[in-house]
Amino acid sequence: MDALTLATKPKSADIAIDNVVLRYGKGDNAVLALDGISFHVVPNEFCVIVGPSGCGKSSLLYLIAGLEERTGGMISVGGKPVTEPGPDRGMVFQAYTLFPWLTVAQNVEYGPKRKGMSAAERRAIVEHFLHEVGLAKFANHYPSQLSGGMKQRVAIARALANDPQVLLMDEPFGALDSQTRHSMQKLLLRIWDHSKKTVLFVTHDIDEAILLADRVLVMSGRPGQIKKEIRVSLPRPRSMDLVMEPNFIAMKREILELLKNDEDEEH
Amino acid sequence: MTLAPNATSPISHIVTTSEDKNQPGRSAWKGVATPFQAVSRPLSITLSVLVWGAVIGGWFALTYSGAVKEMFLPRPESVLFTTINMALDGSLWEHVLASVQVVLIGFVISSIVAVPLGLTMGTYRIVQAALDPLVNFIRYLPVTSFVPLFILWIGIGIEQRVAVIIFGIFFQQLVMIADSARGVQRDLVNAAYTLGTKRSDTVFHIVFPATLPNVLDVLRVTMGWAWTYLVVAELVAARSGLGYISLKAMRGFQVDVIFMAIALIGILGLCTDQLFRGIRRLVAPWAN
Repeated sequence: MDALTLATKPKSADIAIDNVVLRYGKGDNAVLALDGISFHVVPNEFCVIVGPSGCGKSSLLYLIAGLEERTGGMISVGGKPVTEPGPDRGMVFQAYTLFPWLTVAQNVEYGPKRKGMSAAERRAIVEHFLHEVGLAKFANHYPSQLSGGMKQRVAIARALANDPQVLLMDEPFGALDSQTRHSMQKLLLRIWDHSKKTVLFVTHDIDEAILLADRVLVMSGRPGQIKKEIRVSLPRPRSMDLVMEPNFIAMKREILELLKNDEDEEH
Repeated sequence: MTLAPNATSPISHIVTTSEDKNQPGRSAWKGVATPFQAVSRPLSITLSVLVWGAVIGGWFALTYSGAVKEMFLPRPESVLFTTINMALDGSLWEHVLASVQVVLIGFVISSIVAVPLGLTMGTYRIVQAALDPLVNFIRYLPVTSFVPLFILWIGIGIEQRVAVIIFGIFFQQLVMIADSARGVQRDLVNAAYTLGTKRSDTVFHIVFPATLPNVLDVLRVTMGWAWTYLVVAELVAARSGLGYISLKAMRGFQVDVIFMAIALIGILGLCTDQLFRGIRRLVAPWAN
């Protein structure tokens, strides 16, 4: 099936962030949300940004997606400067954003449909990605009939079905209970292993960050800045048992320390 | 992975389990006195029949006891006989059709413009900025005060009655539809953008389907208002219709005809209401 090979063919790009500034408001009331952020995510990399709430990490994702306008600096994906939202940058949101008026299958085929793919191609894509997230049986359900974890799995399938070059994930598991969260992390790692998309994942959960990432970027708050970059060299595939390993704990301690210093500076 | 329970509220889910019902000390009264507690179908039908029975029984009591003169309140059966007689000689249908025609024309014209314009107004701030102050001003003008003006401008034909209905519901529809468009979750639109939706397609692909259940509710409610404005228009200037025969009946002291007209409007309203609920279930099955 042509569409299938097209959709599953590894295709990913790099993300280049150069001295990005985001300021809200004007004059005396202006708030500096992001202050000179620079980093580079290489193709196929799983990069996680961890930081306290309100540090601007979600805003950064919205800037990369083109959903918000930056005040300064440069963002490019696959060498192309970001000026507006586009299907080359898929996004999974913290809030549930499945279209409630479409069934699970129709949600997944939404992007391919916008691209003008034929019904047969779309059917193959839907089948593949629903199978990938283990929801093939729920193709004809409406989102309101699904649990929170299932909704986010469909959202991941929907983003990937569009064959984006990078996948932006804004605390996608933030609203889920810890059991569901763990199984979602496992599922995401497996899917990433298959698709090898570049992933930029935002979270405030340190365990989640280390467990998923090739590299963790630790952000400080107000104004948001990248404080440190930590390379996670734990072997893959990874399991939840890693959280007990000494080098996992060492990394966790280091990140905690960095975030704690940040808190102290604020007081 | 199991499906989420289809419960409408967490409370109803908890208190309707069978263990809870059998718990000692939980009286039937406590059950029905719980806020938002579900009520069984037989009980709800029994209750509505009882209330209707009480109203009609009270009507019988008032007329048969002689407490109210028949000139002011007709006996129930005389309203029924009048209805049957007028249905048999055909005059009833003529007036019902005349009224339904005016309501439908006014409602359809108003809705056809209000739905797309309301969605655009709710989606684009620039359209809202331009129209909102004017619309909100007109919305608070009493429709009835415009009736003489409409008669002066467009006479006393069907156009005048249609105009009263449009003027009565259009601006209300516009404001309510714009409000529901404005309430569309922003991340839904953002998600659509990241999936390749063009800016210009947002109203059609996202805002319209997202607000469809609300839009249908707005139409259902304003349809009811259309009937009110119809009667206002027909009382003033008409040669047929349910409002017209009420006015004529008043002059001839035929209270039974007035009651019949009122009851018919109620029944027609009930029918259109059910029709809209049916349409909503059909075209927006996800929203139930």
